Amino acid sequence: MPIITSSKSQPDYDVVIIGSGAGGGQTAFCLTLAGLKCVMLEAGRNYQPQTETPMFHRPDQAPLRGTSTPDKVFGFYDATVDGGWKVPGEPYTRASEKDEEQFWWWRARMLGGRTNHWGRISLRNGPYDFKPHSRDGMGFDWPVSYEDIDPYYTKVETLIGVHGSNEGRENTPNSPEGVLQPAPKGRTGELLTQKFGRKLGIPVIPVHRAVLTKPLDGPKLAAQLYPKDERAQRIISEAMARRSACIWSTSCLRGCSIGANYQSTTVHLPPALETGNLDIIPNAHAREITVGKDGKATGVIYIDKTTGKEARVQAKIVVVAASSGESVRLLLNSKSAQFPNGLANSSGLVGKYIMDTVGASVEGQVPLLENLPPMNEDGASSGHFYAPWWLYGEQLGGKLGFARGYHIEMGSTRHAPSGYNPLPDDLGLGAYGTKFKEEARRYFGSFIGYDSRGEMIPNDDSYCEIDPEMKDKWGIPVLRWHWKWSSHELKQALHAQKTFAELIEAMGGKVRQKLYDDPLKVIAHGGEMIHEVGGAMMGGDAKKSVCNKWNQTWDVKNLFLCDGSPFASNADKNPTLTIMAMAWRASEYLIEEARKGNL
Amino acid sequence: MTAMNSDDMPSRLSRREMIKWFMAASAVMTAGNWPQLHAAETVTDAPKSKGYGTDPDLMKFYQPGDLWPLTFDEKQRAIVKALADLILPADHLGPAASALGVPEFVDEWISAPYPDQIADRPVILDGLKWIEGEAQKRFGMGFAALPAEKQTAICDDIAYEPKAKEEFKTGAAFFATFRGLSAAGYYSTPEGWKAIGYVGNVALASFEGPPPEVLKQLGLEGEAGSGVATVR
Repeated sequence: MPIITSSKSQPDYDVVIIGSGAGGGQTAFCLTLAGLKCVMLEAGRNYQPQTETPMFHRPDQAPLRGTSTPDKVFGFYDATVDGGWKVPGEPYTRASEKDEEQFWWWRARMLGGRTNHWGRISLRNGPYDFKPHSRDGMGFDWPVSYEDIDPYYTKVETLIGVHGSNEGRENTPNSPEGVLQPAPKGRTGELLTQKFGRKLGIPVIPVHRAVLTKPLDGPKLAAQLYPKDERAQRIISEAMARRSACIWSTSCLRGCSIGANYQSTTVHLPPALETGNLDIIPNAHAREITVGKDGKATGVIYIDKTTGKEARVQAKIVVVAASSGESVRLLLNSKSAQFPNGLANSSGLVGKYIMDTVGASVEGQVPLLENLPPMNEDGASSGHFYAPWWLYGEQLGGKLGFARGYHIEMGSTRHAPSGYNPLPDDLGLGAYGTKFKEEARRYFGSFIGYDSRGEMIPNDDSYCEIDPEMKDKWGIPVLRWHWKWSSHELKQALHAQKTFAELIEAMGGKVRQKLYDDPLKVIAHGGEMIHEVGGAMMGGDAKKSVCNKWNQTWDVKNLFLCDGSPFASNADKNPTLTIMAMAWRASEYLIEEARKGNL
Repeated sequence: MTAMNSDDMPSRLSRREMIKWFMAASAVMTAGNWPQLHAAETVTDAPKSKGYGTDPDLMKFYQPGDLWPLTFDEKQRAIVKALADLILPADHLGPAASALGVPEFVDEWISAPYPDQIADRPVILDGLKWIEGEAQKRFGMGFAALPAEKQTAICDDIAYEPKAKEEFKTGAAFFATFRGLSAAGYYSTPEGWKAIGYVGNVALASFEGPPPEVLKQLGLEGEAGSGVATVR
């Protein structure tokens, strides 16, 4: 079974999976290896990293030296296809005109979705992160604990390959011995941050990223994952053999033609296709989940974007993994006499409690890093080190004035200049001629930037719903977003700004931007961090949540949500690894329930 | 999303620029309108062409002029070449700007149908007129034909915007934009990378981190993960 067009689809499938990113990819991997016949709908086009990734292309080979434009907001070579915070023909609306109440919704319309360009940061949620309400009385607890998810984090890390180290820090779990790949060495800016961070009590340690720092030992790892299934072992082992270790150059945001990092299109989908149990229909935008008289889901009506016409697939089980926003939209647009408020929405909570990550950033310039000899610091493109949240005790003691933490990401800047002036005017002081070139060389690599990625507490004012009027170019009603930060996020952003300024100054550097007392000038917009989760919260009570602890909706038992939408909290740990771990766990449950005839 | 400062995300300043046009566009977005060129109304001779779209061929190599028509006439090109080579001359750090396609890049930039580029277009086109007029006024000759010391005499008056005299503010604003664009074009090339001290974009079997002498110079040889100490 292969990548097909809608006219080639089978009359009936065991499972239809909507979405091909981290959640959909993981689910397809698990279900097809278990022998379930699956069809996957992807709203974007087919995408092949092997032939479409501009691995070593230089900025002078791109339009405008590769600079970002409204068509490609992360630069020309970013992997994203037909995506961004705006997608042509597929608008969304905002309930408020106020800048601080805007939600920016990022989408990618391509096989593999946002996994093709993401930063690959793969942090486990810790024990506190699943029980935040129990710890500080705010937000919601998950109906699962860290111990429930721990084995699935290990499975995902084993499959996709994650580098990092075990540091044994509070609420920052270790992986079992031998699971993580070796951490890459630090670069000048990172090591400097480590040294001066220590003086400020900030722990700077190797980050966990889904990048291979050595080849995967396929036969061994596959046997760990599927000890009793030789066929699965062969398929996984062969898929692992097609991936190479990092070659320490070219940005992960471009994707990776050699499969050195995780993207659904190089890690999850090839083995799933290899089972022969998966059909993928690209350009298929799900519009509505159909239901039978018994109240169970029967399949999906979608728009075939190649023809503009409606088509449908039938399946015994429906898995929605379209991203929080799209999954909510699909459920709310699936109205029927039985489900007048949208599917799986008897609680009225579909669309509620959307969360993003809190982001703040400060850039500085460090004289110590000026005029260093030329050296290759490309590394694994993004950061090798980070600082996990370190003030749990102070926070619980009420000393900080806000409830949840952030981790620090850092960017050293010996990366290839591309499409921008490397010598800002305030440092060049009017230089031109050879003097300019000397000054550009002097300052190159001396800039350093810190970004916070922090936890947002779900609130009643941050949600999405169907816009009563607007439809997209396919005639599908669109989402209307509501957004508001609470004082916790705002104070957290100010704390991050202050911390970063202190770090820069501790190194003898200068902050290179205005610092603000007004947190609304510091905090990034909702959705700007592209970590939107929630909207179909899992819980222990059908009246207070959309799905149960198995990602299964309370109202429709053959309907599962396997993306970030069931998240009950959004820890400062980037969500993708948790999406995959939860999807793997849900898939095992789904397989077992299907086998028993319970779905 | 990881921190947006990888090699494909030019700089934080650019990111703020990006946010600026995004916010401008989003005001209109709420009304359900999706214009590519919200800033176009403010510029009378804005490019009419489309951009490369949201799914361009990333594997292809592009040249200025491939995607949208260029703007400069022969006279403008001559001024741009002279000025770019004055800002980024051939010297011990590498070739002159014109040898690295910088004038063509500036032309591509100001001819592009995107908001930032549309905003720079009148600054460059009016600035070229200004500097040509200034050359005629002072020396009775076009800027491109002037000997270097006369070109420098003009440029010294406009090289640094904050210190420029009132009568040179227009010229200084132009020069700052022009220098920024020229540097953006110059340092995006292999020769420019060499000039600035960037090394990379080559496959490596392993990543060894900064060399020991750099670690020593920075006092970092004892840090975990420095390649000297062991990462736990």
